[in-house]
Amino acid sequence: MTGAGEKNVQVPALSAEGLTLSWDGEHVVVRDVDVTVAPGEVCCLVGRSGCGKTTILHALAGLTTPLSGRVLLHGEDVTGRPGRVSYMLQKDLLLPSRRILDNVCLPLVLAGMKKADARAKAAPLFERFGLAGCEQKWPSELSGGMRQRAAFLRTYLMGADVTLLDEPFSALDAITRTEVRRWFVDVASELGLSALVITHDVDEAVSMASRIYVLAGAPAAGVPSHVAGIVRVERVASENFELTDQYLAAKREVMALLG
Amino acid sequence: MSAPSKARRIGVPLAALAALLVVWELVVDVGVVPNFLLPTPVQVVAALVEDAPLIAGHCVVTLGEAAAGLALGVALGFVFAVLMDRFETFYLAFEPLMTVSQTIPTVAIAPLLVLWLGYGALPKIVLVILSTFFPITVSLVSGFRSVDPDAIDLMRTMNASRWQIFWYAKLPAAAEQFFSGLRISATYAIVGAVIAEWLGGNAGLGVYMTRVRKSFSYDRLFASIIVITALSLGLMKLVELAQRLCMPWKRAEGNYHDR
Repeated sequence: MTGAGEKNVQVPALSAEGLTLSWDGEHVVVRDVDVTVAPGEVCCLVGRSGCGKTTILHALAGLTTPLSGRVLLHGEDVTGRPGRVSYMLQKDLLLPSRRILDNVCLPLVLAGMKKADARAKAAPLFERFGLAGCEQKWPSELSGGMRQRAAFLRTYLMGADVTLLDEPFSALDAITRTEVRRWFVDVASELGLSALVITHDVDEAVSMASRIYVLAGAPAAGVPSHVAGIVRVERVASENFELTDQYLAAKREVMALLG
Repeated sequence: MSAPSKARRIGVPLAALAALLVVWELVVDVGVVPNFLLPTPVQVVAALVEDAPLIAGHCVVTLGEAAAGLALGVALGFVFAVLMDRFETFYLAFEPLMTVSQTIPTVAIAPLLVLWLGYGALPKIVLVILSTFFPITVSLVSGFRSVDPDAIDLMRTMNASRWQIFWYAKLPAAAEQFFSGLRISATYAIVGAVIAEWLGGNAGLGVYMTRVRKSFSYDRLFASIIVITALSLGLMKLVELAQRLCMPWKRAEGNYHDR
């Protein structure tokens, strides 16, 4: 289902139009936010703690209804309807009572697939997601980095081709973090995922995204957040992208917009 | 400080118990406490062996009442906990009432139950239900509430039904606290049944105890205390076994060390 008048333009995988949000129906946290993610693109929404990032994430995931504005998925209005995009948080939220294989199968099983079929579908992906050999382990037996990989595989198996990630890797230690981010960018481009990463971590944003929406404002002080600017990241192939001029230029630009 | 070895953990308390028994035996043998007031451990064991067939018969009755009461108490507690978790009004209505009900002394209700329900097994089972139901309900309710709300949000984005959220997230999250509650309830069940029998009945350890007390056979009274203790410990052990079977993931915890 495509909106009229969008025939010549590529329909974005995910777009938010004029989102105005509040967590109590009274105080506006975020005003008039427009975000678009093209198919196969990884974008970032970066902002300081408390600027309303999680509120935006909940609205995009359909868990809350905005005061005004719409959320479109491939042109279809999905405002306030959960279960249409995949969703991953900083906390891996793996169920401690299920083995890793059954944890990643959860979205399939919840959608009504038979357990055996779900396992058969998920098992071949373990290798690609760097989880080979972990199928029968309990979540408590894995490191933080491995748990996030499992959480990402589960997110992938949610089957939606748009993924929302809330500070997905910022809780990991520095070395694991860099490694897992690179791995994520590779896997996402290989699978053609469209993703929106929401984070307060400028490095996380610059190292993962091709475009960064910078959110500014102070909702706690009565100033709703808005998009202060969009920074384009020129991704160059390099052993250490984090040390290139392109990376640093983008980082400088984002920090200037954050103020 | 490193944990004490297994030999020490078992050996030290056993030695303490042995020392206590020796002191007890000596105190009576030397005549510090007259023998007609306090039987010696040797006499208690002799009485236990001598009366074993009789005690065994009473044991079966008490165990039956305790098991039936515990099973029904758990079932009732489960239903209450689910309703209290599901409906806030139900929670608000019953939470204070349940706390107050726990301050009512068992010895005060038991004679009333005998008056209303007769000398058979029924008043005993009802008393066991009343005393086991509370710890089960409380532990389950707080267990259900211990689920990370983000985990529930995540499951909602996977289109999970209320029942699926309960089955996959809430129930396993409550398992640990449920078994703590069940362990307490198991000991309450035996003691509750004995108290009810003591206050009126035809058979059971409580009845046996009132009879031997009236005939001043304190060695047999002590023998029945040993039996009650053994039954309670046995039941607790059974609960532990059930917990190990129901929560296989607990055994894996601590297998991963990121140090």
